Amino acid sequence: MKNVVWKTLAPRQMELGPDTGAPGQWKAWRLTRDEDGIDWLIADQLGASANTVSEEVLEELDQILAQVEQDAPKALVIRSAKAGGFFAGADVKAFVGARDAHEVEQRMTRAHEVVDRLAKLSTPTVAVVHGYALGGGLEIALACDHRILVGEEARLGFPEVQLGLHPGLGGTARLLDLIDPLEAMQMMLTGKAKRPGEAKAIGLADAVTEERHVRAAVRAVAQGEFRSAKPGRLGRLRHQVTDRILHADLPRRAAADRMRSQAAKQAPPEHYPAPGALVDLWERHGDDLKALRKAEIASFAKLMTTDAAQNLIRVFFLREKMKRLTEVEAQPPRHLHVIGAGAMGGDIAAWAAWHGIKVTLADLKPEIIAQAVGRAATLYPKLGHDSGKTRDALDRLIPDPEGQGVRHADLIIEAAPEKLELKKKIYADLEPRMKSGAVLATNTSSIRLEDLAQGLARPERLIGIHFFNPVSRMQLVEIVTHEGVAAETLDIAKAFLGAIDRLPAPVRSAPGFLVNRALTPYMLEAMVMMQEGVSPETIDAAAEAFGMPVGPAELADQVGLDVGIAVADSLKAGLDKPLPVPPDTLRAKVTGGDLGRKSGKGIYAWKGGEAQKAKSFAKPTQEMTDRLILPMIDACLECLRKGVVEDEDIVDGAMIFGAGFAPFRGGPIHYAREAGAQTLKARMEALAAIHGERFRPDQGWDRLT
Amino acid sequence: MSRPVYIVDGARTPFIKARGRPGPFTPVDLAVQCGRPLLLRQPFAPTAFDQVILGCVNVVADEMNPARVAALRLGMGEAMVAFTVQINCGSGMQSIDTAFRYIQQGTADLILAGGAESLSHAPLVLSHDATEWFAELNGARSPMARAKAAMGFRPDFLSPVIGLERGLTDPITDLNMGQTAEVLAQMFDISRHDADVYASESQLRSARAHQEGWFKGELEPAFAPDGALYDRDDGVRPDSSPDKLAKLKPAFEPPFGKVTAGNSSQITDGAAWVVLASEAAVKEHGLEPLAEIVDSRWSALDPRIMGLGPVLSATDLLRAHDMTLSDVPIWEINEAFAAQVLACLAAWQDDDFRRQALGLEGDFGQIDRERLNVDGGAIGMGHPVGASGARIVLHLANAMKRLSQPRGVATECIGGGQGGAMLIQAV
Repeated sequence: MKNVVWKTLAPRQMELGPDTGAPGQWKAWRLTRDEDGIDWLIADQLGASANTVSEEVLEELDQILAQVEQDAPKALVIRSAKAGGFFAGADVKAFVGARDAHEVEQRMTRAHEVVDRLAKLSTPTVAVVHGYALGGGLEIALACDHRILVGEEARLGFPEVQLGLHPGLGGTARLLDLIDPLEAMQMMLTGKAKRPGEAKAIGLADAVTEERHVRAAVRAVAQGEFRSAKPGRLGRLRHQVTDRILHADLPRRAAADRMRSQAAKQAPPEHYPAPGALVDLWERHGDDLKALRKAEIASFAKLMTTDAAQNLIRVFFLREKMKRLTEVEAQPPRHLHVIGAGAMGGDIAAWAAWHGIKVTLADLKPEIIAQAVGRAATLYPKLGHDSGKTRDALDRLIPDPEGQGVRHADLIIEAAPEKLELKKKIYADLEPRMKSGAVLATNTSSIRLEDLAQGLARPERLIGIHFFNPVSRMQLVEIVTHEGVAAETLDIAKAFLGAIDRLPAPVRSAPGFLVNRALTPYMLEAMVMMQEGVSPETIDAAAEAFGMPVGPAELADQVGLDVGIAVADSLKAGLDKPLPVPPDTLRAKVTGGDLGRKSGKGIYAWKGGEAQKAKSFAKPTQEMTDRLILPMIDACLECLRKGVVEDEDIVDGAMIFGAGFAPFRGGPIHYAREAGAQTLKARMEALAAIHGERFRPDQGWDRLT
Repeated sequence: MSRPVYIVDGARTPFIKARGRPGPFTPVDLAVQCGRPLLLRQPFAPTAFDQVILGCVNVVADEMNPARVAALRLGMGEAMVAFTVQINCGSGMQSIDTAFRYIQQGTADLILAGGAESLSHAPLVLSHDATEWFAELNGARSPMARAKAAMGFRPDFLSPVIGLERGLTDPITDLNMGQTAEVLAQMFDISRHDADVYASESQLRSARAHQEGWFKGELEPAFAPDGALYDRDDGVRPDSSPDKLAKLKPAFEPPFGKVTAGNSSQITDGAAWVVLASEAAVKEHGLEPLAEIVDSRWSALDPRIMGLGPVLSATDLLRAHDMTLSDVPIWEINEAFAAQVLACLAAWQDDDFRRQALGLEGDFGQIDRERLNVDGGAIGMGHPVGASGARIVLHLANAMKRLSQPRGVATECIGGGQGGAMLIQAV
C-alpha cells in the first residue's frame, strides 16, 4: 500500500512531446507533430532494449527526412524513448566477417548520404539526448543543429577505437568542426565518453537541462530564440587560435606525431591500427573537413576488414553473449550478506552496494569491516561524481559484525580464508538461519565445491561465485557449479551478476576452474625461464609481443608471489599434466617477505604502483613467447575437453575479460583456429621434446584439427 | 482510552569526544550508524514503522529535519512520516515521550524515537557586524559602491563566534551552563572534593560497564568513511581518581570555581534510538518487550538554576503515582555536572526547599548513590545534548533488566531552565 506515490507518477517524467507510443509505419521511428508545429521524431526500435544505428534504421530515417523536407515543420526534434539512452552506437552485427573493403565503402557512402541529408535540412534540428549517445548515435546528434542533454546520466562519446575502428558516419569531420580539434582527437583516440558538464564546457552540447524543461527548450529552438550556450569567451578564442594554427601543415604534423607516440604507448600500432589511421586522416585532411569526411569512408572500410577490428568486434559480441546469460527469470537478490571483509569479501560487498543492493558485511574482526568501509569510501567517488550516490551506497553497505543479515539475505557470499574445515564450520552455523529461498555462494578459488557441499542439509543451493582481484576492475566472474546444484540457484547467481554489471562464465568445479588453471602455467613458466637466466623484462616483453597487456613476471608480482605459489601448489595435486616447478629462489623470496607489489618488492621493485623495469634488456625470441602462450591455450583446450566449460566462446570471453588475453586476437581458442591448430600443436610437440611433458599437447587439440 | 506502550529494543552509537574540529559523523550519520544495526535485528521491515521522531539541537544546514533525512537514509521508505523535536538537553527524551503519547492514544503502533547530536559539527557563526558587511557588499551595484562597501571591512570579522559556546549559554541570563552549576554548588554547599569524588566514581562505573560487556547490544560500533572503527565511548577514563581530578583548574569561573572539565559532562557526538510499540504491534511482529513506559512529566524553573530540573519533574511524576524517591529502586539522572547532580540530591534532603519550593510536607525518601547512575553517565561517556535523553531511558531499561528491578526513573536537567522525567517499569 505504501510507497507507491512516486511509482505512480514516475512514468510522467519523460518528455516525448505528443508521442503516444502507438506504432506507425516505421519499425525504428515514430513521427508526430505538436500544437506548435514541431515534429517529434522518436527513436524506439521494435523488440530492442536499446536503439542502434543500422542500415535499416537509416533507410527509414531517409524516408522520414524526405517527408520532413516536404512538410517543413517549425523544428525537428530527435530523441529516444528507450530508458537507457539515445543510441547505444552502430549496429556492429552488420560488419561481422566483412573482408571486402570496397563493399564496406559502398555501404558507408549510402549511410553518409542519409546523415548528410539530416545535416542539410533547412528546418532547425535538435537532438535531445538522455543516457548514452555513442558512436553512430553521437554522429546523428552531431548532424543536428543543436544538442540538448537531459540529466546527469547523459554520456557522449566515440568508443569505436575499442573495436579497432574510428567514427565512420561523418563523425570525425563533424566533431573536428564543432569543437577544439585537439580535444576532438583526444575524444576519438581514447574512446572516453563525456559527462554533461564536460560536454557543455567543450561545446559538444548546447545546453544541459532536465526532462521538465525539454518542451520549453525545444520551443525556443523552433522560435529561433535558442541561444546555444557556447563555451566561454576564452574557450572560443582558444578554439579559434588552435583551429588556425592546426590549419597549417607543420604544426598539425607535429601534433599528429605526438598523438601517434602517445597512442602507441596504450595500444601498439602493430596490434591496433585504428588510432594511427585516425591520426593519418586528420594529418592529411585537417585543413579541409569536407575532404576529411569523404576520406573517412575509405579509412573506415579499410580498418573494418583488418583482423584486429574483426576480432575486437568478436570481443564485443562475446561480452554481449555473456551479458545475455544474466537475463534469467530469477529476480536478483535484494539483500546480500557477505562473510569475510578482507580484500575480496569487502570489495564484493562494496561493489554490490554501489549497484543498489542492500549489503550486510560480516567479519569476526570489526576493524576489518571498518577497513572495507574505508576502501569503499575511496572507491565510490571514482565510480561516480555524485556525492549523494556515494552516501547512499555507503548507507547500503551495512557493517554487521553480529551476522544479523543472514536471516534476511537472499544471497550469502562466503569469502572466508581458503580452509575447508573453517568454511564448513561457517556453513553449519549459517544454514539453519538462512531464508528458505536463499542461495549460499562461496568465493573459493581452490576448494572443490563437492567437498564444500558435503554435510549441507541443502547442497542444491550451494554455488561458487568466484570474483577476481580487484573486484571493481575485473569484469569476469566465474560461476562454479557442481553435480547437485539446483537450476534456480544458478539463475539467482546469474541474475546477481547482471544486477552488479559483471560478466559470468559458468564453469564446472575443477582445479583452478578456468582462469587460474590457464594463467598458472603462464606465470610459472616465467619463473622457470628466470631460473634459466632470462631477465624478467625480456620474459614480459615476450608476452607483450603476443599482445598480453601484462607480462607474466609483472602479473605474478601484482597477484602476489605468495598467492601465486599457494594456487600453484593447490592446483598441482588435481592435474594430470605436470606444471612448471617454481624454483626454490622464488619460495625464498616469499619467506624473505618479498611478496610483490603489496610488499614493495618481488620479482621487481615497485614504486607508486609501477614495476621498476630495466630500460635495456635482451630481445625476446619466438620460442619464449611460445613457451608462455601455448600452455595457456593448451589449458583452455583441456578445460573444454573435460567439460569444465562447454562453450568455446565462454572460454575466449573469460580469458579476455578475466586474464587479459590479447583482445585483438579474439580469444585463445579463436586464435588457435586462426593461426592453425596443426602448426601450434607441432610447436608444442617440439617444446615438449626439449623441455618435457608439461608441453605435451592435450587431447583437446583434436577438436580444432 | 490509554493503551500500554512498550520499549522493545534500542541502540546507540559510541559517544565520541569532540576534538576541536568536525568529527567523522553529522547528526544524521550518527542516527544512521546506530539505526542500521537496530533495524537489522528486528523481525519486521524498516517500512513497518508508523513514524520517526528524533531529538536534535544543533541541526546542520545540510540536514534540515534530520529525522526525515535519517528515515530515508535508513531505507524506511518515502511514506515514512518523520519530525524533529528540540528542547535542548531534553530532546532525546521528548522524542520518546511524544511517541509514547501517540501510541498511548492509539494513533500509532510502532515508532522509532531517539536523539542525535554532533557537537563537533556545531557551526561557526559570523558576528552580526560581519554579516551586515557581507550583505552590504553583496548588495552594492556599482564598482564605486562596492569599493566603498569593501572599505568597511574589519579584521575581527574573520573571527567567527563559536556556535557551540553560544549554544551552551543561556540567552536570558547570559550564564553558560557551567556557571549555572557553580550557582547550585554555592546554594547547596557542594564542595569541589564532593564533585570530584562523584565524577571519579562515575568514570569508574562507565569503565566497568565497558569492561563487563554490559553495553553489548546497547552500544553498536560506528564505522567511519575513513576506515576508522569507533567501538567504545572514548571519553571514559578507567584510571580516574579524586586526586587526579583535584589537579584540574576550574573551567568556567577561575580561580575560585568548583566546576572543572573533569567533573562536567564531556562534549561529544552520539545518537540513540529506541523502538516503541503498542500491544498490537508486539503481537503482530512477535516482539519481546524490554520495559513499559508508565508516565512522564516536564517542569520549568529559573534558567540560572536549570540544574534542579530533575528535582521538579521527578517529584511531580512520583507524586502523580503516589510514590516517593525510595519507591524507585534505580535512577538515571543525566550528569550535566557532578555538582548539579549532587545539588539535586541535596535539594530533596533540604527541609526548607522541600516544603517551600516543592510543596512537600515531610520526608520524600532518598536516592542512594548505589542506585543512581549505576553504570556511570555523561561525565565519563559524554553528553551529546540531543541524544542523552534517549540514552538514559534506553540504558535504564537495560539496567533494570540486568539487575531485575521492577521500575526506574530517567530524568535530566535542561538548559534554559527545564527538567524532564520518565517512569518505566519491567514487563
